[in-house]
Amino acid sequence: MEARERPPLVSMAGVDKSFPGVNALRGARFELRSGEVHALMGENGAGKSTLMKILAGIYQRDRGAVLIDGRPAALGSPRAAQELGIAIIHQELSLMRDLTAAQNILIGREPRRAGGLLLDEAALNATAADIFRTIHLALDPRTVVRGLTIARQQMVEFAKALSYRSRVLIMDEPTAALNDAEIAELFAIIGKLKAEGVGIVYISHKMDELKRIADRVTVMRDGETVGTLPAAETPVETVIAMMVGRKLTDEAAEAPDLSAAPVALEVRGLTRGRWIRDVSFDLRRGEILGFAGLMGAGRTEVARAVFGADPRDAGEILVHGRKVDIRQPRDAVRAGIGYLSEDRKQFGLATGMDVRNNIALASLSRFTGLGGVLDESAMREVAGRYIETLAIKTPSDRQETRLLSGGNQQKVVIAKWLLRDCDILIFDEPTRGIDVGAKSEIYKLLTGLAAQGKAIVVISSELPEILRLSHRIAVMCEGRITGFLPAGTSQEDIMRLATRRNTDADEIRRAS
Amino acid sequence: MTIAENTAGTLSGIRKSGAHHKLLAFGSLIVLVAVFSVASPNFLQTNNVIAILQATSVNGVLAIAATLVIISGGIDLSVGTLMTFCAVIAGVLLTFLGLPMVVGIPGALLAGFASGALTGVLITRLRIPPFIATLGMMLIYKGLSLAICGAKPIYFNDTPGFTDISTGSLIGAIVPALPIPNGVLILFLVAFGAAFVLQRTALGRYTFALGSNEEALRLSGVGIDSWKIAVYAVAGGICAIAGILLASRINSAQPAIGQGYELDAIAAVVIGGTSLSGGRGTMLGTMIGALIISVVANGLRILSVPQEWQIVVTGSIIILAVYTDNLRRRGA
Repeated sequence: MEARERPPLVSMAGVDKSFPGVNALRGARFELRSGEVHALMGENGAGKSTLMKILAGIYQRDRGAVLIDGRPAALGSPRAAQELGIAIIHQELSLMRDLTAAQNILIGREPRRAGGLLLDEAALNATAADIFRTIHLALDPRTVVRGLTIARQQMVEFAKALSYRSRVLIMDEPTAALNDAEIAELFAIIGKLKAEGVGIVYISHKMDELKRIADRVTVMRDGETVGTLPAAETPVETVIAMMVGRKLTDEAAEAPDLSAAPVALEVRGLTRGRWIRDVSFDLRRGEILGFAGLMGAGRTEVARAVFGADPRDAGEILVHGRKVDIRQPRDAVRAGIGYLSEDRKQFGLATGMDVRNNIALASLSRFTGLGGVLDESAMREVAGRYIETLAIKTPSDRQETRLLSGGNQQKVVIAKWLLRDCDILIFDEPTRGIDVGAKSEIYKLLTGLAAQGKAIVVISSELPEILRLSHRIAVMCEGRITGFLPAGTSQEDIMRLATRRNTDADEIRRAS
Repeated sequence: MTIAENTAGTLSGIRKSGAHHKLLAFGSLIVLVAVFSVASPNFLQTNNVIAILQATSVNGVLAIAATLVIISGGIDLSVGTLMTFCAVIAGVLLTFLGLPMVVGIPGALLAGFASGALTGVLITRLRIPPFIATLGMMLIYKGLSLAICGAKPIYFNDTPGFTDISTGSLIGAIVPALPIPNGVLILFLVAFGAAFVLQRTALGRYTFALGSNEEALRLSGVGIDSWKIAVYAVAGGICAIAGILLASRINSAQPAIGQGYELDAIAAVVIGGTSLSGGRGTMLGTMIGALIISVVANGLRILSVPQEWQIVVTGSIIILAVYTDNLRRRGA
C-alpha cells in the first residue's frame, strides 16, 4: 500500500528531443520504480537509447519533465546524473583500453593518499577486486582492458556501473556479447540488485530475456511511448506487434536442394595458431551456411582468415574451384568475397561519409572517369537504386551513415558488397544491435540473396537466428568444426556440438 | 577456465611486449655506444660522456613535455619556440628589469605554465585541433620573442650564477670524481618527476585516459577540458625549464632559435616507443630515445661524419624505430 503512495523512482513525461533532421523523441514518457526490472523495447531508431541518454545526463532534452523521487532533476551532465544515482552501461563499449580494469572502474573517483596528492593503487585494486567478487568475475583488476575479450570488457563495464552504488541502472543491450553462462550470471546479479531496491532499465531486442527477468515492459516506436505493460502477462506477440505495428512469424529455414549447385567456396585445412585448427568446409551457390558456437569458438577468426584480414598458418581456399592466394582483404574482394564484420562502425562503414560514398567505396574505379574525376551522377543513380531495393531508410544518399540506425547501416554495407559483385558474402553477427523489425528485413534480404545464387556464410551467437536462416549449420568449438547439422535441427544439438571440447586434452588436464 | 587462461596469456603478453620495447630501445642504445666506443677511443672518455648528457638535457626536457601531450592524444608543435619565449622572459626579468633570480626564474616558469594553459584553452574551449593550435602558438611565441628582444640576444652577464644552473655541478662539488653538470641533474629530476606524475597522480591517470578514449572519460563524469588544459600547462612549464637550461648554458636568450626543436623532441618520444595515437608511452622510453639521438650525433661527429649525414641517420633511426615497433606488434 505504501509503495503506491511513494512517487516512482524515475518519472519522465512529455520528453522531446530532436537532432538535425530527426525528431528522435516526441512526448516520450517512462516510469521506473525502485526494485523493478523495466524492459525498454522498440525498433532501432525508436528512441530508447536517446531517452536513456537523457536520463543519464549525456543528452539534454528539448522539452519535458524528468522527476527523480517526485522532484524535478537537473541532469546537465553525466556527472550530475551520477550524483543522483543514475548509471548507464553503454551499448558500445566505452572503456579506456590502455588502462587496467580497476583504473577504468574507478576513473574519476580514484582512492587517494598523501592528503589527496597521490593515487592509492593498492586501494584501487582492492576496491575493484571486491566488486569483481560480488559479480563472480575471476579477473585480475590490474589487467589491461585492451587484452580482454568483448564479453569480459562488458563485465568490466558492468562492474563500473555497479561501483557507483546506483539507484538507477540503465543497461543497453547488456547480453549482446555474452554467452549463456555469462547471461545467467548477469541475471543472477540483476536479481540481487533488484532485491536491494535498485531500479533497472533493461534495453534489449531479445524477447526471451524479457520473459526471464522483466517486471514491466515499455514499448517505444518512432520516438513515442506506445505503452507500458506487465511483462509476465503480456504475450511476446503483443510486444512485437506494438513495436512494429504488425505481426511477425519466426520459423526455421527450409533448405533448398542444392546438390546440383556448383561449389562457390571451398576451404581446406585452414589453420591459425590456437584460434583456428584444421577447419574445412564448402559452400554452394545459393546456400546459407550458418556458423554457430560459443564466444571465442573461432568463428570470426575463420571469417577473417578467409577474407585475408588475418594471416593463416596453413590451408587452401578455392573460389569456384580455382585456388586463390588470399593474403589481404584486397585479394579476397577480387575473388568476389565480401565480409560484413560484426563491428560495423569500426570495420564496415566510413561513418563520417554519406550513404552514396559508402556504397561506392569498394567500386570507385567503376565511377572514375577521365583524369580520375568521379562521376557523381552515376554514383547517385546507383546509390538510389540500392536505397530503393534494400529499403534503406535515409533522408537522402547524402546523409552521413553515422546518423542511420544499425539496421540501415548494415544495409549500406550490404549494398557496398553487392555493387562490388561479390557472390560470396560472409555476415558476422548481421543483426547485432538491430531491432526485431529490421532483423526480419535483414533475414528476408539474406534469404533473397541466396535465392539469387549468392553463397552466404552467417555467423551468429543467437541460435534462433542461425536456425531461422541456415540451410546447413557448421558448429565450432575451440577452433575446430565439431560437426555439421542440417536445417531444422534443434538448439540442443547445436549446443552439444558447441561444447564438445577436445576430450583428450581435458582428460590429460584432469589427470595431471 | 579457458577464458581465464586466455586472459592471463594475453595479459602477460602485453606486459612482456611493453617491456620488450623498452628492452629493444635500451639494447639499441647499448649497441650504438658499443659500436662508437670501438670505432673511436675518445667516445667513452668521461668528458665526452658528459658532453653527450649535457647535449641531451635541453632536448630531453622538451621531449618530456612532448611525451605528456602525446600520451594525452594531442600533439605540441610549440615546445621549441615556447622554450625560447620563456628564456626571453627570463632575460627581460633578470637583465632588463634587473630582478634577482628568485623572482626571474619562477617568473619564466610561470610564463611557460600560463602559455601552455592558454594552448589548452584554445584546444578545449575554442575546439581548435591541437596540431593547428600549437602550430599557431609556435609562430606567435617566435614572433613575440623576436619583438621583445628587438631580434638581438639578451645576455645574462649581470646575473652572477645564472650559468651555474646548467653548467655548474652540485654533484661534482660533493663527489669530485663525478662532475655531472646541473643541467643533466635537472633533466633526470624532471624525468623522474614526470614519470611520477604519470604513474601516481590523477593528472597522470587522466592523461592516459584522455589518449585512450576521451569520450569514455567524459561519460565517466570527469571534466575533461580542465584536465586537458592541465596537461598542456604542465608541458608548458616543462618547456620553460628547458628554456632556462638552454639560456644558462649559452649565457643568453637567443630569440632566433627554437623552431625545429619540437621535431627533435617528437623524434625522441617516438623512438622511445610512445604511441602517436595516444594512450601509451613511458618517460623511460623518451629518455632512451633522447639519448639515442645525442649518442648518434656525438658519435658521428667524433668519426668526422659531416653534419648533413648525421641528420640523414637520425631520420632513418626514427623510421626504423617505428618499423620495428610495428613488427613487434604484429608478431605479438
